[in-house]
Amino acid sequence: MKDLSKVNNPYGDDKVISQCSIFGMMNTTGEVFSGKEIITAIRNMHERGNGLGGGFAIYGCYPDYPDDYCLQVMFDTRANREETEIYLKRFFHIQHSEEIPTCPTEVIKNPPDVYRYFVQPKVEELHEIISDDDIVIRRVMKINTTLDGAYVFSSGKNMGVFKGVGFPEEIADYFCLEQYDGYIWTAHGRFPTNTQGWWGGAHPFSLLDWTVVHNGEISSYGANRRFLEMYGYICTMHTDTEVVAYAIDLLARKHGLPVDTVMDIFSPPVWEQIDRMDPDDRKYFEVLRSTYGPLLLNGPFAVIIAHHGEMVAHTDRIRLRPMVAGIKGDMVYASSEESAIRLVSKDLEKVWIPVGGHPVIARLKELAKDDVVEGGRELLKAEGMEV
Amino acid sequence: MLTAQLPEFNVDRDEDRCIQCRVCERQCSFDVYGYDVQNNVMIHKEENCVACQRCAVLCPTNALVIKENAYTYKQNANWTREAISDLKKQSETGGVLLTGMGCDKPHKIYWDHILINASQVTNPSIDPLREPMELRTHLGRKPDSLEVKDGKLSFPDYPKVELSTPIMFGAMSYGAISYNSFKSLAQAAHEYGTLFNTGEGGWPKELRKYGSNTIVQCASGRFGIDLEYFNDAAMVEIKIGQGAKPGIGGHLPGEKVSEHISLTRMIPEGSDAISPAPHHDIYSIEDLQMLIHALKEATDYQKPISVKISAVHNSPAIASGMVRAGADIIVVDGLRGGTGAAPKILRDNVGIPIELALAAIDTRLRDEGIRNWASLVVSGGIRNAGDIFKAIALGADAVYVGTPALIALGCTVCQKCYTGKCAWGITTQDPYLTKRVNTEIGTQALVNLLRAWSLELKELLGCGGINSIESVRGNRLQLRGIGLESWEMETLGIRGAGQ
Ligand code: SF4
Ligand code: SF4
Repeated sequence: MKDLSKVNNPYGDDKVISQCSIFGMMNTTGEVFSGKEIITAIRNMHERGNGLGGGFAIYGCYPDYPDDYCLQVMFDTRANREETEIYLKRFFHIQHSEEIPTCPTEVIKNPPDVYRYFVQPKVEELHEIISDDDIVIRRVMKINTTLDGAYVFSSGKNMGVFKGVGFPEEIADYFCLEQYDGYIWTAHGRFPTNTQGWWGGAHPFSLLDWTVVHNGEISSYGANRRFLEMYGYICTMHTDTEVVAYAIDLLARKHGLPVDTVMDIFSPPVWEQIDRMDPDDRKYFEVLRSTYGPLLLNGPFAVIIAHHGEMVAHTDRIRLRPMVAGIKGDMVYASSEESAIRLVSKDLEKVWIPVGGHPVIARLKELAKDDVVEGGRELLKAEGMEV
Repeated sequence: MLTAQLPEFNVDRDEDRCIQCRVCERQCSFDVYGYDVQNNVMIHKEENCVACQRCAVLCPTNALVIKENAYTYKQNANWTREAISDLKKQSETGGVLLTGMGCDKPHKIYWDHILINASQVTNPSIDPLREPMELRTHLGRKPDSLEVKDGKLSFPDYPKVELSTPIMFGAMSYGAISYNSFKSLAQAAHEYGTLFNTGEGGWPKELRKYGSNTIVQCASGRFGIDLEYFNDAAMVEIKIGQGAKPGIGGHLPGEKVSEHISLTRMIPEGSDAISPAPHHDIYSIEDLQMLIHALKEATDYQKPISVKISAVHNSPAIASGMVRAGADIIVVDGLRGGTGAAPKILRDNVGIPIELALAAIDTRLRDEGIRNWASLVVSGGIRNAGDIFKAIALGADAVYVGTPALIALGCTVCQKCYTGKCAWGITTQDPYLTKRVNTEIGTQALVNLLRAWSLELKELLGCGGINSIESVRGNRLQLRGIGLESWEMETLGIRGAGQ
């Protein structure tokens, strides 16, 4: 098994620590738009990164292959790619594949080769009943942990992650992102303190169509990681962002919890607040905290999490990392700095600093009655079953 | 008969200070002091002194210093003074040597080889005086997952107990300790929002008003047990073993079984209260499963059931079996756990340190994917909030403390609890001595201890940039080892300092 933690975390520290700029924007009608604005916005926060990592996630960018999983994979060498392709062909029907177009620039040094594959899993290879999603996750993990010189950036349908070592605006230029269209875009500029920078280690982190861009250092990393390990997740990268991605996968996909509830698990109210709630809400939080307490994300963080249909901006409960949200018409923005939003959207209808631990959730209008919610929403009613 | 024993301690009295008030004589329950009326001087029988320091503390003129006797045999690393004197005692009596409190041998104290992390620059530390800092803890089985059904969050409703701080008072029975000490523990647990454990000696009726702060034990002697006993409590604990004397039972001599104790234990006045070594209905794990379920039935599945074992070589496998047998909480008591009376040879040689057992059990339960089926409570040798923080970071949900609570009540760890003559009024039933513990003052001292340690825990959390205890639980990255062998660090699941 290859040791990704050594690649991503060469000094073998507890975890990779980085401080960052993050930005996200979504059109809640689902209308697509180009990367021009987000590149402008993230460039404006240049000082928050140090050139050791930048990346983007785009949703709705592959309308020609809406039902195929798009695996975006980086390779160190041609031999690595050929080996990986043999593996892919064994487990997937490849509908289409291509090298991801790039516009080489002077600043990007030693880029890996990045390819994309639109695939459908071959169910006939299996002797057990599992979902397509689980097959894809299993194979992606396998590639990431065992195949030399290959690493999967993203594996969702009709979405893609583009990332690398450089400032985010340089990565955008390199992957010609102005030419893509999507209805959700998220971006990340990175200031890692204990890694030289490795393309696979840049953000967004992704599992299926879930992506995470993250600014912060999760002090509960050790507790979160050991809990996830119990549910079969192997934290290969030794970075705190990885645990956020896996926690979302466990809670939202495997346990089927709505994203609002997942955020309540990450940053629940403190017990004194819970004690003052009405009985139904109190029950809800009591159950969440006592079941998923080990997934409380402690320490300073701000994240923008996205998957098809939803973009969520969220901070730790005492808001130790910045987050600003803004709305203009159908557009919803989230950013580390207000100036970046104002730069790309002049007259915002609303711009505000969300309360710590209160997620701002933007949703496609067709999916929800409110396209943007923050705090104050209705909580699920919790009902105990006899045991 | 002439004894070959030398007094262990010397009573050093400053005759210039002594005013012959005879306080020392009245306070000493070991008959060290006498008064020579003719010469108006105090006299000593030093061979009786146990260094409990009661006299020295109460002497109004500070005339007394109780010192280790400086006598020495020829230096010998093998035949130490303790080894020689133990052997002489046995040759004189032909009996098993008894002792009280936990193991006092210098086995490695792992707490002292573990260091804690703090935040610097990349994440901010948090000031517990300005920001919320959460210690609230729930014990009991936790669901594997929650589910949304018909727009509602559905969950298996397992019984649980809530603690305001992850510190509880461990099992000390009424009989082993005095009524006032027992009552102080109950009242302090109630006042601070945590739990105390009745031990196996029953539960006086008038203290049942503290039921929501009480853990009752079901041990091999089955003293004081009826349906009400279980149902009035917050939690029921099956006691299999105790760290100080793994594998053996207990014996409360008949002379201590007073009327009130007889009522509480449901045994005749003056009869010996004997707890057999094993439960005679538990000879295997499936028998334990039956008792756990019998207790769940008896309490209508409303109370979490815990099982307490002592830390032994294969604790992880045993713990896994206990969890699968239905225990909602497992309690592990380590090598240094206290006792009212135990054979010295067992106390000092049997069992393993709690730090290693705890880490190994937590790791095993996680490997098996069943860690959330039961909470893990540890005890045995915890001395301060630092030890508690380390225990929780190694994987414990909460701790039991026994000796620290007794020290708060006055105990000086003289190890003479088994004599029933505790001069501090704690491990005795002599009414002249038991009134030395005042329940109001005792309760306050215990509440102060809980409060002080909770504040210190908050400081330790805050310095690590964490504001809730659940983010410390099992978070071994917050710890580093120092002066440990690699096998020890591997067992503890921690890295070395600087790594
Ligand atoms: S208590 Fe102190 S002053 Fe009083 S008799 Fe004893 S040694 Fe003397
Ligand atoms: S409880 Fe009493 S007898 Fe036991 S060690 Fe403490 S002071 Fe000594």
